[in-house]
Amino acid sequence: MAYPEKYKYTREHEWVEVNGKVGIIGITDYAQNSLGDIVFVDAPKVDTKVEKGAVFGSVESVKAVSDLYSPVTGTVTEVNEDLKASPEKINSDAHGAWIIKVGLSDPAEVESLLTAADYEKFIAEETGK
Amino acid sequence: MRYLPKSDAERAAMLEEIGVSSIDDLFTAIPEEYRLKRDLRVPRQMAESEIIDYFKTAAEKNAKVYSSFLGAGAYRHYRPVVIDSLVQRGEFLTSYTPYQAEITQGTLQAIFEFQTMICELTGMDIANASMYDGSTGAAEAVMMAVRVTGRDNVLVARTVHPEYRDVMHTYAQHQGHDANEVTYGQDGRIDLAALDQAVTEETACVLVQSPNFFGVIEDIPSIAEIAHKKGALLIVSIAEAVSLGIVRPPVEADIVSMEAQSFGVALSYGGPYCGVLAAKEKYLRQMPGRLVGETKDTEGRRGFVLTLSTREQHIRREKATSNICTNQALVALMATIFMTVYGKQGIRELALQNLAKAKYASDKLGSHGTLMFSRAPRFHEFVLQTEEPPKRLNARLMENKIIGGLDLRRWYPELHNATLWCATELTTREQIDAAAAIVAEISVASAAR
Amino acid sequence: MATMTSGFVGTTRKVTPHITQNEPLSFEKSSPGKKGYKLAPLDVPEVDASALLGGTVREDEPTLPELSEIEIIRHFTRLSTWNYAIDLGMYPLGSCTMKYNPRVNEFVSRLEGIAEAHPYQPERLSRGAMVIIKLLKDCLIEITGMDAITLQPAAGAHGEFTGMLMTRAYHTSKGNPRKTVIIPDSAHGTNPATAAACGYQVVNLKSNAQGGVDVAALEKMVNEETAALMLTNPSTLGVFEAQIHKIADVLHQKGALLYMDGANMNALVGKTRPGDFGVDVMHLNLHKTFSTPHGGGGPGCGPVACKQFLEPFLPVPFVMLGEDGLLHWSSDRPHTVGRVRMFYGNFGMFVRALAYILANGPDGLRQTTEDAVLNANYIRKNLEDLYELPYDTPSMHEVVFSDRRQAKNGIKTGDIAKRLIDYGFHPYTTSFPLIVPGALMIEPTESESREELDLFVDAMRQIAREAEENPQLITTAPHSTRISRLDETTAARKPVLRWQGAPAHGVEVDTAAKEW
Repeated sequence: MAYPEKYKYTREHEWVEVNGKVGIIGITDYAQNSLGDIVFVDAPKVDTKVEKGAVFGSVESVKAVSDLYSPVTGTVTEVNEDLKASPEKINSDAHGAWIIKVGLSDPAEVESLLTAADYEKFIAEETGK
Repeated sequence: MRYLPKSDAERAAMLEEIGVSSIDDLFTAIPEEYRLKRDLRVPRQMAESEIIDYFKTAAEKNAKVYSSFLGAGAYRHYRPVVIDSLVQRGEFLTSYTPYQAEITQGTLQAIFEFQTMICELTGMDIANASMYDGSTGAAEAVMMAVRVTGRDNVLVARTVHPEYRDVMHTYAQHQGHDANEVTYGQDGRIDLAALDQAVTEETACVLVQSPNFFGVIEDIPSIAEIAHKKGALLIVSIAEAVSLGIVRPPVEADIVSMEAQSFGVALSYGGPYCGVLAAKEKYLRQMPGRLVGETKDTEGRRGFVLTLSTREQHIRREKATSNICTNQALVALMATIFMTVYGKQGIRELALQNLAKAKYASDKLGSHGTLMFSRAPRFHEFVLQTEEPPKRLNARLMENKIIGGLDLRRWYPELHNATLWCATELTTREQIDAAAAIVAEISVASAAR
Repeated sequence: MATMTSGFVGTTRKVTPHITQNEPLSFEKSSPGKKGYKLAPLDVPEVDASALLGGTVREDEPTLPELSEIEIIRHFTRLSTWNYAIDLGMYPLGSCTMKYNPRVNEFVSRLEGIAEAHPYQPERLSRGAMVIIKLLKDCLIEITGMDAITLQPAAGAHGEFTGMLMTRAYHTSKGNPRKTVIIPDSAHGTNPATAAACGYQVVNLKSNAQGGVDVAALEKMVNEETAALMLTNPSTLGVFEAQIHKIADVLHQKGALLYMDGANMNALVGKTRPGDFGVDVMHLNLHKTFSTPHGGGGPGCGPVACKQFLEPFLPVPFVMLGEDGLLHWSSDRPHTVGRVRMFYGNFGMFVRALAYILANGPDGLRQTTEDAVLNANYIRKNLEDLYELPYDTPSMHEVVFSDRRQAKNGIKTGDIAKRLIDYGFHPYTTSFPLIVPGALMIEPTESESREELDLFVDAMRQIAREAEENPQLITTAPHSTRISRLDETTAARKPVLRWQGAPAHGVEVDTAAKEW
């Protein structure tokens, strides 16, 4: 699976795409595959403050639930309403199905996140265990 | 021992196969100093006939052949015989939680039917049978409202069952939310003006019981309006499920917490009972307890399955909506059968009979005392105030094999000489007349003075 | 329905659920005017409900079924035949203790004076109930080796909640409620959920290489902010904590308490007592160890037993022997945590549990425990060559394998469990405890005969062979049930939680977005 080069990644399997002062956040293909069929996304409301490394919501499959950790600090500007009715979009297109958009308070934060290559190496190590 | 399907020879053979010489070799992990070297000091092993004798003797020491006017959260209704015939079938009685759906469709479909009937009766969209009883159900409903709204102030009517309020207090202790009580008015209903004053933008919910502890039916639409205009949720607790046969359902509520004991569950000195939680659909993901959903199998056949279990403790652990695990499946099944037996017409007819009996009782008894809160509508309970102190009144009634109304002094000391009486379809005219005659004796005596 | 493949290797001696009845919902069999009830004629004047109730009268007619008695009997009887049950065969579910539910228990709980007792009956008319309560309390105190007990909690999780509330109250009385509760990663999910509900932060304790408590790690973890360790002993791996005295010492030295989850008491009754090995407070599950029926998921009963120093915090009211030599209800406990439910507890379950204790006596109780441990070890011995044992520590009443060997062929524990259904058994506990990936958690209990155990072992051995030779048979199992694998994903994505026939009272089903 090719992980988009323009995204940055976390060890908790979120991705973020930075567009100027906005960060677009979702979970990786590896994550959706581990979770199985996704049945519900618990996303924060617009104007909620999120913090890098802190939990901002969760993603549920039939048998498991996974916390979502924010890769960035800022304020939620948009929530993907599509996922309410069709959470399975994350399964079919994890890198396209964004969950929230965040107005970044510090765009430089993303520098310390993993690149696509770093992330691929990381999951190779994880699965190798 | 007759429950153990082994002979000593088999035990010996199995030990040999395992490769140990005695059963104690399998207990060596227990440190020597903690191994019990004596028999437990419990009564000796009894034959079945002896066990039955023991309990029969105990049962004899409980009230028998008394007529009873007790209610207050536990109600004496007729239990159709088919209930026990069916729930004692081993496939229901000794079955496990339906985690393996393919081999528990019986339990699952019955719960689905239960969920449906509760929705129909309460006016809610979703329902489950997972609370231990009405009191813990009310506590869980409050916690649910706190989660949903993110607010931590809770308002509870003083006319909610006192033991329910005690339980809510215990649960609330460490939840970071506090509960304030709202008093009742002259009509025995929650004081709407006081409620209006008390509800703020910090109020998570308003909890009322209807019919309330005094038997009075609350004005749900007005309460709902007051709660909702400040964004608080309305929780209605129902202690007497049969009332829903004739009293309008609390459709304005956000959450309904109900005790379904009246639907075919034996009084059994206080438990096990059947706590039900029902709510509007939008609160689905915050609702604790087990839910059964309809779905299809790989061949397209309809089947039922436990669903939305990610809310539960076995997946979420410390983030679970509740720590609840066991539900009340067997008592819920009793309720399901009860509701099916009475059905659409019967539930109304049953409730009407209760209403009629209580009306007769309150008229007769009320003529020898003061019927309190008579300005508001009631279901089948009423509060009677007498000249004679309840202790003496009830002693005289007991001499005549009658258990009179519940003395309200310990919870509502401001109500002087007040007792809470309940009449159901099982209360006979004779019993009511007999009780009234006893009550009359003293009031005649004191009138003559 | 799916036909069995030629590769099916079943045993004809097992009972299987009824597969051909296609019983619809009660609503779908209903027709207007059918009746299943008859009320006695009213002996008091009829009333006009609208007049009496005014605006509070019910105007709509809720849609409940209308069926005759025979249809109701058939309906539920047919439904029941779709269930597996202890009365049909073994449940190897780990930590559930699915033992025989004696019938005399049902009989005595239905005796009139017991079944019809109202909780608010005057005391002098309730002495029988109180006698039962007192005797059960005394027996359970003796069995656990504790000093005091409450029967109020309605289930295990409820008991845990009560025990943790007491823990908190105790610490608060000493000046500091403390902040954390330590929980092993092998614990049942109710443990952390309960700790959180009592305002404690959960600290996870990793198990050691033997699947037990890492005492050195525990020592480093315990401090003056630790309220308690919540321990299941034997653990969910079926292993007794050999270092239990050290564990208790480590905690007590820092003023922390040892809470024991009594779910696995079936390995201990009559052989050892938690009160003797350092436990301060614990709960019992009457629906596990003491044979009260599971009934499809409840009701249960979760008494909490404790040492004397915690007695002041137990819930009220409680039964005590008065100076007059009679039993009374008392609320004289100034430091009680309060009530955890209305009335007194699941009295119907007290009766059943006491009947079980009386049927066994001291010798029966001990023999029961010994047979439970014997059975689990018998299974372990007969399967350890084919299924992987993640820990080689001795098992007590339950044994945990992993699916590691079968996973090589793409077979997981959940698949094996489904295939076991074809052999006439209920599955064992899959995927728990979490510390064993692909766990198979098996607890036979003492109620299984050697014949039944051999059938189970045979089935598991056959399946292990199928995993090598014909894995598809397993991954598509079960083949012999009325319903095959159900679509749980759609059930969770688009929940249908009630029959969707015409709703009553014109109320629109709220289809607004799931806001909260």
